[in-house]
Amino acid sequence: MTSPHPPGPTGDLLLPAAGTDAPPQAPPASLSRDAWQQLRSRPVVWACLAVIALIGLTAAAPGLFTALLTDDDGRCELARSKLGPTGGHPFGYDLQGCDYLAQVVRGSRPSLLAGVAVTAGALLVSVVLGLLAGFYGGWVDSLLSRATEVAFGLPFVLGATVILVAFPRHGLGAMTLVLVALGWSTMTRVMRSQVIAVKDADYVRAARMAGARPSRLMLRHVLPNAITPVVVVAMLNVGNVISGEATLDFLGVGLQYPAVSWGLQLNTAQTYFLDHPHLLAFPALFLSATVLSFILLGDAVRDAYDPKLR
Amino acid sequence: MPAAPPPPPPEPLLPEPPLPEPPLLEVDDLHVEFRTPRGTVRAVNGLGYTLHAGQTLALLGESGSGKSVAALAVMGLLPTPPARITRGAVRLHGRDLLQLSDAEHRKVRGTRIAMVFQDALSALNPVLTVGHQLGEMFRVHRGLNRREAQARAVELMDRVRIPAAARRVDDYPHQFSGGMRQRVMIAMALALDPEVVIADEPTTALDVTVQAQIMRLLADLQQETGTGLLLITHDLGVVASVADRITVMYAGRVVEESDAPRLYAAPAHPYTRGLLESVPRLDRPGRRLVPVPGSPPDLAHLPTGCAFHPRCAAARARCAEERPALLPVGAAAGERSSACHFTDEVTARGGRL
Amino acid sequence: MGRFVARRLLHAIPVLLATTFLIYALVFVLPGDPIQGLAGDRPVPPSVLAELHRRYHLDDPLVVQYAKYLGGLFTGDFGTTFRGQPVGDVIAQRWQVTVRLGLTAWFFEVVLGIALGVWAGLNKGRWADNLVLGATTVVIAVPVYIVGYLAQLVLGVRLGWFPVSGGDAGWPAAYVLPGLVLASFGLAYVARLTRASLVENLRADYVRTADAKGLSRRRVVIGHTLRNSLIPVVTFLGVELGSLMAGAIVTEYIFNLPGIGQQVFQSIQLREGPTVVGITTALVLVFVLANLAVDLLYGLLDPRIRHD
Repeated sequence: MTSPHPPGPTGDLLLPAAGTDAPPQAPPASLSRDAWQQLRSRPVVWACLAVIALIGLTAAAPGLFTALLTDDDGRCELARSKLGPTGGHPFGYDLQGCDYLAQVVRGSRPSLLAGVAVTAGALLVSVVLGLLAGFYGGWVDSLLSRATEVAFGLPFVLGATVILVAFPRHGLGAMTLVLVALGWSTMTRVMRSQVIAVKDADYVRAARMAGARPSRLMLRHVLPNAITPVVVVAMLNVGNVISGEATLDFLGVGLQYPAVSWGLQLNTAQTYFLDHPHLLAFPALFLSATVLSFILLGDAVRDAYDPKLR
Repeated sequence: MPAAPPPPPPEPLLPEPPLPEPPLLEVDDLHVEFRTPRGTVRAVNGLGYTLHAGQTLALLGESGSGKSVAALAVMGLLPTPPARITRGAVRLHGRDLLQLSDAEHRKVRGTRIAMVFQDALSALNPVLTVGHQLGEMFRVHRGLNRREAQARAVELMDRVRIPAAARRVDDYPHQFSGGMRQRVMIAMALALDPEVVIADEPTTALDVTVQAQIMRLLADLQQETGTGLLLITHDLGVVASVADRITVMYAGRVVEESDAPRLYAAPAHPYTRGLLESVPRLDRPGRRLVPVPGSPPDLAHLPTGCAFHPRCAAARARCAEERPALLPVGAAAGERSSACHFTDEVTARGGRL
Repeated sequence: MGRFVARRLLHAIPVLLATTFLIYALVFVLPGDPIQGLAGDRPVPPSVLAELHRRYHLDDPLVVQYAKYLGGLFTGDFGTTFRGQPVGDVIAQRWQVTVRLGLTAWFFEVVLGIALGVWAGLNKGRWADNLVLGATTVVIAVPVYIVGYLAQLVLGVRLGWFPVSGGDAGWPAAYVLPGLVLASFGLAYVARLTRASLVENLRADYVRTADAKGLSRRRVVIGHTLRNSLIPVVTFLGVELGSLMAGAIVTEYIFNLPGIGQQVFQSIQLREGPTVVGITTALVLVFVLANLAVDLLYGLLDPRIRHD
């Protein structure tokens, strides 16, 4: 199982550099502009963006690709079940004798939706909770920290398995909720520690002494200065979620037939892959390329924001 | 990364007094540069100084003046890359350390030249006991066993006046106060009776009251052992009571070199004068404090001519075109020098312009 | 140190309670007949339904239900399968295979992961580093079941180096390939974490101090850097011991090893809800306890924590 471990320790890698023997340098440009300039110069970043854009396009308009790349007429004939790639059907046929390219292209939507929606949801939850816990401290922090520990104590795929098995007729929406419920803890921890680091900064103290209300302090002074590492962790998280969602589909506790997803296609393929490797190869390729792109992109962004790793 | 431009033209060497025996530590025309994505940063540009046994030499300069980099070069601790020593020599008893192999240089470190770092909290290993870190010197360099080394560690801690040393030897660095941690650092440097101790801003991270104690301790121990102490600092107040000689650095070069009393009485370089006017002095109460205007130079793009000229109140056209050489000041050649085209005018006005 | 251990243990209690309550509430309390829900679309005979209602105390008030369920968990009662067999018995029959597989995988992660990470970290920026970084990125991105099928196809079927499936060959022969596959994700992660941590620590001031003391490179790396660098790695490896047991679901299925993971997979396919919930609850408990053990270990490694 691709136990998508929340990239816990990455938080540690995001602290500012402390090098004392570094050569004196001209005052750096703003961090985000600096980071963008570094990102822009790396071909791997562009390759990842291209893959993600392509997969995004297949998710948004699958018809475009099926019309361009295959002679698919939308009909499935059992007689053509599991046939390998041919001229008009470059990916061959699936178990039901449907054009496999069309199926694989349609599989990108749930993966991408789950990856983005779960990460966005978890990011929102963790930013709010992390901000509250870090800013107010005291019992709010204790309570939220315990809750974080509970969510952290539930392994992603295992926890999702327990919960999803209890609701056999769930759709992508319910799955997203479950994955958000299991996936917010790491980011909340990162956010909380960032907020704690930032809230004692002199500029926050100054604003506090100037009489700013707590809400203004949090939103105007703490949030903008604490959010970058969390967003970076979130970017790394998209790939993990996509991988986790596919694993749940593969296990049979995620989306159910007749839904179309890469995980389900891989589940079907497992029985036949020795004789019909194309059934395994194409969804595996698409899934891996998507996950790889998100992870590499997240890595690149993290490196760009963390001068210490350069 | 851009290719390194050719090194700057050679700096005239320090006037060397003819000595029958080579001095304890002699840094000669040292050039260090860093290759960074922003270009080549010239941190040290022809630094030279001489440290004699039993002497305390203060290396004075703002942050970014290259003083710490120069110290790491002496220790052989510069990270290469990105650092590169492009020219110069570091001679210990006349033997050039820069020509040594890594293994030979390592044998010098800790035993003959030791270093005290600025921030003892980060400079001590957080997961090893203080006793372990002190005793390691004896185990590695003297081959003592663990028990003997531990006993020597306790002795060392006594020597730097850490109370209840025998009990505290098994504590971890984070369990000590800032001043006590710096004492541990000093103890570690003195462990093997080195001939040279380099202290890099040893009191900057400490409270003012503790600063005085640590400086006193360093001075006392230096008196006891007769080592040569190279004291790196940006704080004229810190060095006033302990330094015999002072070398003032700016942009990786020596701008003034003098014995301490005369430098305090009448600085021979506008930069030294600026530094003196920016700190309160007990010998001149009621005086207005004047900061040195501007900020330290960008070492990747050094100003032409005298590197200090953009910040210098006395600068003239010549200062932007021609770099002043480090030349003797007054009659007593070799005892005092300054790198300013208008040294005579500066000194004539008693350091005031 | 004693107080540190006591505090960590105290912290673990609410986590255990809340985790089990969460599972319980989600599975058994939400609207709809939970037993019918767990059975999916399969018809459940009324007698079985009634028996299961009794077994899960579904006619009691919620708090009583939960208390009885919790009491059951701590006495090894993880529920009953549709065939009437206690889930605890199923686990008892099969746990050895899973633990053997998990430990084999963990061994690979510890040895290979740390070794690769140190190799890459000491050669930062050189080809060894790039090789390790590139390879581990790919391994992290490719889902484990795909890695599993590929390994089975290439190393098992084509090259014939390892048994393709089944546990008959015994340990180690039957466990090497599944162990490697199960370890692949964690191994890659351990390597990257070790590398990053080592690179960061090699830059620390205290490493420069160690250099200034004139210590040999070897002593600087092993005596002064590695222990500090391994602190986050140990944390991960501890948690990993728990997740490996969970990860065994896919690996045991692919390699047809008769452990509890395979049972979970089969039960999911057969819509045996109570079996799945029972076993996964047990696995979650293992995971939580592994986390606790890690916290305690952390205190041993990092003196700063236990003196807080």
